[in-house]
Amino acid sequence: MTDIGATVKKFILNEFLPGEDASELTDTTPLITGGILDSLATMKLVMFLEEHYGITMQAHEADAEHLDTIGLIVQLIQAKVVQPR
Amino acid sequence: MMARDFPLHRYLIDAAAREPDALAVVEPGRGSIRYRELDALSDRMRDRLHAMGVRNGDRVGIYLRKSIDSVAAIYGILKAGAAYVPVDTLAPPARNAYIFHNCAVAALVVEARFVERFRDEHQRLGALPPAIIVEQVGMDAGLRSALDELDTAQPALSSPGAIVAPNDLAYILYTSGTTGKPKGVMLSHENATSFVDWCSEAFAPRAEDRFSSHAPFHFDLSILDIHVCLKHGATLVLIGEDIGKDPERLAEMIADERISIWYSAPSILSLLAQHGKLADRDFARLRLVLFAGEVFPVKHLRTLTTQWPGRRYFNLYGPTETNVCTYYEVELPIAESRTVPFPIGRSCSHLSCKVVNTDGTQTKLGDEGELVVAGRGVMQGYWSLPEQTERAFLPDSSGVRWYRTGDVVIEAPNGSYTYLGRRDRMVKRRGYRVELGEIEAGLYKHRAVKEAAVVALADEEAGVRIRAFLSCHEEKRPSLIQMKRFCAENLPLYMIPDDFFWLAELPRTSTDKVDYQRLKEFR
Repeated sequence: MTDIGATVKKFILNEFLPGEDASELTDTTPLITGGILDSLATMKLVMFLEEHYGITMQAHEADAEHLDTIGLIVQLIQAKVVQPR
Repeated sequence: MMARDFPLHRYLIDAAAREPDALAVVEPGRGSIRYRELDALSDRMRDRLHAMGVRNGDRVGIYLRKSIDSVAAIYGILKAGAAYVPVDTLAPPARNAYIFHNCAVAALVVEARFVERFRDEHQRLGALPPAIIVEQVGMDAGLRSALDELDTAQPALSSPGAIVAPNDLAYILYTSGTTGKPKGVMLSHENATSFVDWCSEAFAPRAEDRFSSHAPFHFDLSILDIHVCLKHGATLVLIGEDIGKDPERLAEMIADERISIWYSAPSILSLLAQHGKLADRDFARLRLVLFAGEVFPVKHLRTLTTQWPGRRYFNLYGPTETNVCTYYEVELPIAESRTVPFPIGRSCSHLSCKVVNTDGTQTKLGDEGELVVAGRGVMQGYWSLPEQTERAFLPDSSGVRWYRTGDVVIEAPNGSYTYLGRRDRMVKRRGYRVELGEIEAGLYKHRAVKEAAVVALADEEAGVRIRAFLSCHEEKRPSLIQMKRFCAENLPLYMIPDDFFWLAELPRTSTDKVDYQRLKEFR
């Protein structure tokens, strides 16, 4: 798991899955379609990512297509960090 | 039949005249009492109470474990013209002292083992009422020797039975109150007899029936057990606390005691279905299975009906304030695809039900609203709580008082009601109306889930936070992520609980219902 992946994972475990065994949350665990992130939690995640990585997310990106797994989130952040707006 | 001519205790007197030698009450493994003996013992209790100064309209407390003695005490109190007030012997003595003090009992029948702590607690509140102290219940020997002893000191004259009016109180059952203090639900002879007579009509009990007495006597399910059974000259089989919660021993007892009419909360039936090893025993006599008190999870009901086929199953619904007010016969077999609980059914013939909006107007057919109930079975009110009593009723323009159940239902065109949930178990989350019972029903679909209970807590950030408490069939509990994922597949996203807690078993109240209050306070 990349550094970004590890950071995101830690945030999700702390915020939304307190007490969960870290090994249960993998790069491919569905977050939004799997019921872990509801709309409020997704918003909190987006705010964290924007602040932590200094990026801006578009409204249409805050959905399951872009944020449903840690793998997808890492891809999105990497693309934004490499090509800052 | 006019209740005026037929107080609740007439059932025993008449059955004893018809079938004096029939078995009235059985304590499994210990012994039994015949109708003639039970009638005579309750007459002695009546006479003793009269000698102690108990008069029509008084209350008499019962602080005895379930036994032949306590059944005799109930009838003795009724024959004396008083109302019986049974308490939970497993509850803290302070609570029981509060109850007896609250309704100012004129006398008390108490088992010796409870006297000391109870006396200390009661003395803080006021003077102790005169008491009949029973050394130890069991068979009828305890009460009989307590009465013998009192007779030796001062004989009680034989007195005629009290003349009772339909509106005179027959019993007061204390239920948990919102203020933290228990509140006394006052039920009259007419309330009780109208319900008992409805049971006769609905279930056609016979003298050869053997009724279970699973519920403790302070729980309203006991009204059906005791009084319907004795009205029909049938046999009441008392089931003690110890066996009552052990599914294997309980299954053995139901078979051995040839119980034909079973009545309990669904929780013990769920346990019987899962752990009772029902296939190993012969339940040939069992013909009716009645349950009430909470929603029966369909998956456990299906398992039970598969193991006990060919019986009739009835879902009875009603708060203590009305006793049973609707009933529904479950159609068998139960389809594998069914996950939603069964309806609570149609109104009982001695009551009227309707569905109202929050402003008290009747809803359109098919719209959800609160179920309200009127008729001969509805309580008089709460003891010494005029304001709460007033709030509990919705008077209409013709002067009829409708009891507000607090339960939200929908009426189908055929007059059958479907329970949607407690008015106070509905919460708004993200703008959606969420019924916590629906989340529970969703959680029950999970193969590992044995019990599920959901509570909502106020949350500063999210408005409301939903917590699920679960117990598990399997040793390895599903992970939080697995549970969330399962919920996402079975429930709308806004219904997925925020937190999941696995417990060895869910806490229960003394009447065997899930103790939501304790779950709300869980840290």
